[in-house]
Amino acid sequence: MSTVQAAPPRTETDKVLAALGSSERPAPAGPLSSSLTFGWRALLKIKHVPEQLFDVTMFPVMFTVMFTFVFGGAISGTPGEYLQYALPGILVQTVVFITMYTAMTINTDIEKGVFDRIRSLPVWRPSLLVGALLGDSLRYLMASTVVVVVGVAIGYRAPGGLLGIVAAVAVLVAFCFSMSWLWLILGLKLRTPNAVMGAAMMILFPLTFVSSVFAPPETMPGWLRAFVEVNPVSLLVEAARGLMDGVPDAGDITLVLVLAVAITAVFSPIALRLYNRAS
Amino acid sequence: MSLAIETTDLVKVYRSGQTENRAVDGVDLAVGSGGIHGVLGPNGAGKTTTIRMLATLTVPTAGEARVLGYDVVREAPEVRARVAMTGQFASLDEDLTGFENLVLLARLYGYSRTAARDRAAELLEAFDLSASAGKQVKAYSGGMRRRIDIAGSIVVRPELMFLDEPTTGLDPRSRNQVWAIVRALVGAGTTILLTTQYLEEADQLADRISVIDHGRVIAEGTSGELKASVGSGALTVRVADPARRTEVAALLTESLGAPADLGSDPASLSMRVDDPTAVAGALARVGDHGVRISEYALGQPSLDEVFLALTGRPADDQDHQDQQKETVA
Ligand SMILES: Nc1ncnc2c1ncn2[C@@H]1O[C@H](COP(=O)(O)OP(=O)(O)OP(=O)(O)O)[C@@H](O)[C@H]1O
Ligand SMILES: [Mg+2]
Repeated sequence: MSTVQAAPPRTETDKVLAALGSSERPAPAGPLSSSLTFGWRALLKIKHVPEQLFDVTMFPVMFTVMFTFVFGGAISGTPGEYLQYALPGILVQTVVFITMYTAMTINTDIEKGVFDRIRSLPVWRPSLLVGALLGDSLRYLMASTVVVVVGVAIGYRAPGGLLGIVAAVAVLVAFCFSMSWLWLILGLKLRTPNAVMGAAMMILFPLTFVSSVFAPPETMPGWLRAFVEVNPVSLLVEAARGLMDGVPDAGDITLVLVLAVAITAVFSPIALRLYNRAS
Repeated sequence: MSLAIETTDLVKVYRSGQTENRAVDGVDLAVGSGGIHGVLGPNGAGKTTTIRMLATLTVPTAGEARVLGYDVVREAPEVRARVAMTGQFASLDEDLTGFENLVLLARLYGYSRTAARDRAAELLEAFDLSASAGKQVKAYSGGMRRRIDIAGSIVVRPELMFLDEPTTGLDPRSRNQVWAIVRALVGAGTTILLTTQYLEEADQLADRISVIDHGRVIAEGTSGELKASVGSGALTVRVADPARRTEVAALLTESLGAPADLGSDPASLSMRVDDPTAVAGALARVGDHGVRISEYALGQPSLDEVFLALTGRPADDQDHQDQQKETVA
């Protein structure tokens, strides 16, 4: 049962042979270089799928404008006053929300087989994760910029000045970087990007809304306040608000940074272990 | 000759809740250097899981595997430095262009920025993809994806290459292109472990074949040896008058000592033949009885028949059957 088969043009085989023959064998990229290469990949993805910037830019704009003008008058008397209170919180909420894309990205890579290809390469394995985190950090910075620019456009003035804003964003990005390790674990554990999305919403909505982002905890009933006060997002908001209001609270800031280091210390080994043994 | 791949009692168990799935259930492989070794099995046989263990992507539950002399668990980095893996499903970043994907891989393999770009362009040219270099991989056809996937695996020449079902879902022309590429790679000295569900593909490409089913190797040998294990050949006969088919079947069974298999075509029948020299006499006897035979053929059994004989069931599912028919046309 032989098949009739057109002989492939000779040149095809020859070209492949030539390409093979000329292949040199450099030493594989080191950890730094491979991490940066994966960071470059994240940039390319932003270039090719600019839609992903949509979430990063549209949501912050929507949130900022919507909360200021819809709730602002009711909560603080005037939208302008409310904006002064809420903007640092909206900044935090926006960026904390974006952290979930870390889980989405890794999960999609697993689903598409990119993950297998990359893990079969002779490079330092975590460099994929480090590169992805570099790309994510860039996204955090872009989102922060958008929120601040929109805020300023509709009347926000930071008493802490530019320096206060920059410091607040720095603290925020540091904290979100540590949160990324948690997302990696989720992204590695769950089966599909949709499951990741669902889980992320379950986690993020309570975490960001039941916090001091939109209203002072003193106005809430006791049981709710209890949660709001231990919610790390509240802590992060207080630290950022202090910096932007020009009254930085060293205690809050230190606590946020300690928390970030602790989260990284506990969860990065778990994420790396899962990543190495993922099947 | 040193072995490129050697596994002993390799096992992979997937657990979900109470149920445990022995995806690979004691696979022994001994694959020499050079040439193509085929791993043939139906859906769910454990081909991909076996390859993923060999490529250090997943850790075996039990057993041992050495690839190019290195243990896949303890010496995984040594293995990774020498093998390339082309997965069952396209494994490049679909959002990036073909060119960017190859540059990315070349950078990771240690090429400098400019050398990586040159290498990417060279590979695209060799695989006839230059025209689509700037297109996102998600816009590539199935055949183009396969080619760029293989191109990505030879950015540096691997000593051993895993190809997981490289032609599943391709049209005959793309399949032939992939076959030509695979043969070229072997010609250049790379050892290839290739999985397939296509009996014909294993027959065409592989020097030796391991047939696996339910996570176990159920037969191993050259395509000829596997065929011989089922009997030396098959005789197919077409009678001019379908009404006399059963008569012919009875006569042939009497002379050749094997039961006849009456096919769905009312004029044809076939049977196993252990002694091909007896065939001429048997056909002559049919002629003596005044029955006209319009056509006959004595051939080796197909791997389909081999699979049926080994497992007691056909090798594959319906849509695959369709594909096989297409390729015969
Ligand atoms: N990551 C996984 N988790 C759980 N079960 C798995 C996993 N990967 C494979 N399996 C199961 O292991 C068995 C063997 O699967 P495998 O993918 O190795 O088969 P295959 O021979 O490659 O099949 P196909 O021809 O369809 O590609 C199947 O029953 C499959 O459901
Ligand atoms: Mg498979």
